[in-house]
Amino acid sequence: MLDYLVSKYNYWIYIFLMMLGFYAMMGKRNLMKKLIGMSIFQTAIFLFFISIGVKKGGTLPIMMEGAARAADYVNPLPHVLMLTAIVVMVSTTGVALAVLLLIYRRYKTLEENEILRSTR
Amino acid sequence: MNIVQTQAAILIIMVPLMSSYAIPVIGWRWKGSAYFIALMAIGASLVCALILLSMVLTQGTIHYHLGGWFPPWGIEYVIDPLNGFMGVVVCLISFLVTISSKKSVEKELPEKKVRFYTIYLLLFTGLMGIVVTGDVFNLYVFLEIAALTAYTLIAIGKGEAPLASFKYIIMGTIGACFYLLGVGYLYIVTGSLNIADLAQLLPPLYNSKVVLTAMAFFVIGLSIKIGLFPLHIWLPDAYTYAPSPVSSFMAPLMTKVGCYVLIRIMFTVFKPYFSIELIPMTTILSWVAAAAMIVGSIFAIVQSDLKRMLAYSIVAQIGYIVLGIGLANRTGLTGSLLHILNETFTKGCLFSVAGAITYKLGTSDIYQFSNLFKRMPLTMAAFLMGAFSMVGVPPTCGFFSKLFLILGSIEARQWVFVAVILASTLLNVIYFFRVIEIAYFKPRQLATEKEKEILKVVYANGGSYEKIVNKADSQGMNEAPLSMVIPILVMAAGILIAGIFSFDIIARVIQFAIPSGI
Amino acid sequence: MIVQYENVIIKTISRILIPFIQIYALYVIMHGHYSPGGGFQGGVILGASFILLVMAFGAEASQKRISLKKLTVLASLGLLIYSGIGLVALLWGGNYLDYGNLPLPLATVPEIRAMGILGIEIGVGIGVMAIMISIFLAITSFETGGENA
Repeated sequence: MLDYLVSKYNYWIYIFLMMLGFYAMMGKRNLMKKLIGMSIFQTAIFLFFISIGVKKGGTLPIMMEGAARAADYVNPLPHVLMLTAIVVMVSTTGVALAVLLLIYRRYKTLEENEILRSTR
Repeated sequence: MNIVQTQAAILIIMVPLMSSYAIPVIGWRWKGSAYFIALMAIGASLVCALILLSMVLTQGTIHYHLGGWFPPWGIEYVIDPLNGFMGVVVCLISFLVTISSKKSVEKELPEKKVRFYTIYLLLFTGLMGIVVTGDVFNLYVFLEIAALTAYTLIAIGKGEAPLASFKYIIMGTIGACFYLLGVGYLYIVTGSLNIADLAQLLPPLYNSKVVLTAMAFFVIGLSIKIGLFPLHIWLPDAYTYAPSPVSSFMAPLMTKVGCYVLIRIMFTVFKPYFSIELIPMTTILSWVAAAAMIVGSIFAIVQSDLKRMLAYSIVAQIGYIVLGIGLANRTGLTGSLLHILNETFTKGCLFSVAGAITYKLGTSDIYQFSNLFKRMPLTMAAFLMGAFSMVGVPPTCGFFSKLFLILGSIEARQWVFVAVILASTLLNVIYFFRVIEIAYFKPRQLATEKEKEILKVVYANGGSYEKIVNKADSQGMNEAPLSMVIPILVMAAGILIAGIFSFDIIARVIQFAIPSGI
Repeated sequence: MIVQYENVIIKTISRILIPFIQIYALYVIMHGHYSPGGGFQGGVILGASFILLVMAFGAEASQKRISLKKLTVLASLGLLIYSGIGLVALLWGGNYLDYGNLPLPLATVPEIRAMGILGIEIGVGIGVMAIMISIFLAITSFETGGENA
């Protein structure tokens, strides 16, 4: 059991972070905290993807002098996929911040229960 | 001409994408050109989609290697009959809705025209990219492009639009991240991201927990995106408070493209026997869809705002489409694909009618619609056609799609679903015919002080009397502008034509579009 | 509105550092295919240098160097460079973004491919820089009603 916990520690870390972000998105009442939870959620997914490409004894995926053997380098494909996903996360955060500014301008508050009370 | 034919699979995305980059540059100087560039770009995509569909039906599946790299190492675009069918449907409805958007944009968003059309074209590019791609991660990128531009376009509406958009942001991001997790799990066990490659590499691994988890993540993530019953909370607010041109564009298209992705994942990436027999995913989906049909219709009955009622109607119709997927026999999937065609035309027509009514009246409250058929006869005639198609009156397309769904349920021996489809049809009748009754038959109500006008009627022999009338009624026909009425009428005619030729469409296109193995 | 920060240290240090940050950003863009870096990362660093300029000297003084209208056009031009290189590859035979077919006067096909990737990274860098600065300027000028670009 302990062996199972220790050998797959990267999955446990990413699950913990993802649930933390998920709880923040669902449980917190302030809209800005929901946005921060979303950011933590997406960052956990990046960590997961990058951790699956790691090899024992592998180094950075930059070609060194001499012939290249695939076993020497970590898998670069998840890094590339996560570059795209990071750009997506930055864009989503930008759009969400702009929408939060519009909400603040209209309702003068960012607390969810006050906003809902003023619309009912 | 030959270069267009060989490169059509990329031109269908590249022309709108480059036009959306060109609009801010050209629109800086000539502000009125944004609409025309958008219209021409979508028209070019429509031509490419028609060329692609005709090529696929004669020559078989088209493979396009992006960047010249061969498939497992590079991204490829695959067009098979299902893709081609969806592509033509999306392009056609986009073109018609874009024609009708000019006047609404000028009235509701006066000084934001250039930026509006930039983001509008990016949304169209995202939807087309989802349809043509053959790579699961490329699909995630286009899914996020479509979603981000949708969040932006919804947030510029009036009223509670920013709050509705924020709710959509939170829920839509969770859905997309779950899809990304599914892609990640599949990549761990197979090492490939290409749909055709995954379909070959996965069968020996069907018993492992990783593949089961991937399937669960895919289905939950896509259910959030298409608004299937328990996860539909973002849908009514987002489609109600969006500006009219935006909701006419998004409502027919975004959820149906998500249904296409669900069909792709369940029946092409994972072989059909995995989704039907190894795990009872289709059974679960069909029961959830049955609940969606009833609940969506019940919620739609109690609404008093036209767009909100139509948004709940979308929730119910998604239930129909997912029921067809869940039945998992050829008749059921034929009904599902025909219902996607019917839904896009009908919801495009109905939401454009709502946009035209909002443009003329300023409100979309149903109870203000009395005697509307005198003032806007053509618009209400199109609404009538859309309502008949939703209910399922022959010979509109809605009748045939419901026929195939009922035949599919009978073939799968699920009598409960037959009862649910009929009950939901009755509920549809209630809320659509309520609008028709108010618009066509409601007697003239007592006029308030500022609305009434004293009409002096003079007889030929010199006598006269005075009559109090409602000022709006005496103005005669006050139809929406021509650029809005013509696309609405074309879409209504399309519903009728698709219904009359539905067996033709099934025999020539849909029959080949159903994924093999079912 | 960003008010000019009345602090000599920040103004002097930014005045010295900003050109070096920009050169580093250009280095990151150019070396994207060979070491960690690339178009997006270099573009963000380039945008960060301009944001430092705006924060240190105030939005009023930086107005004549960066204006929101020109930034939109710059973003579109950067992305048009990217799509344009792909379009050129398409017109000269080959598929979209197939850099081997670009009409460059170089000797071997791998060299042409390297130049093609470089051109794309430059386009992405320009576009990302413009977008980062315009996000910052749009959000900070929100209170005063924003600017209509």
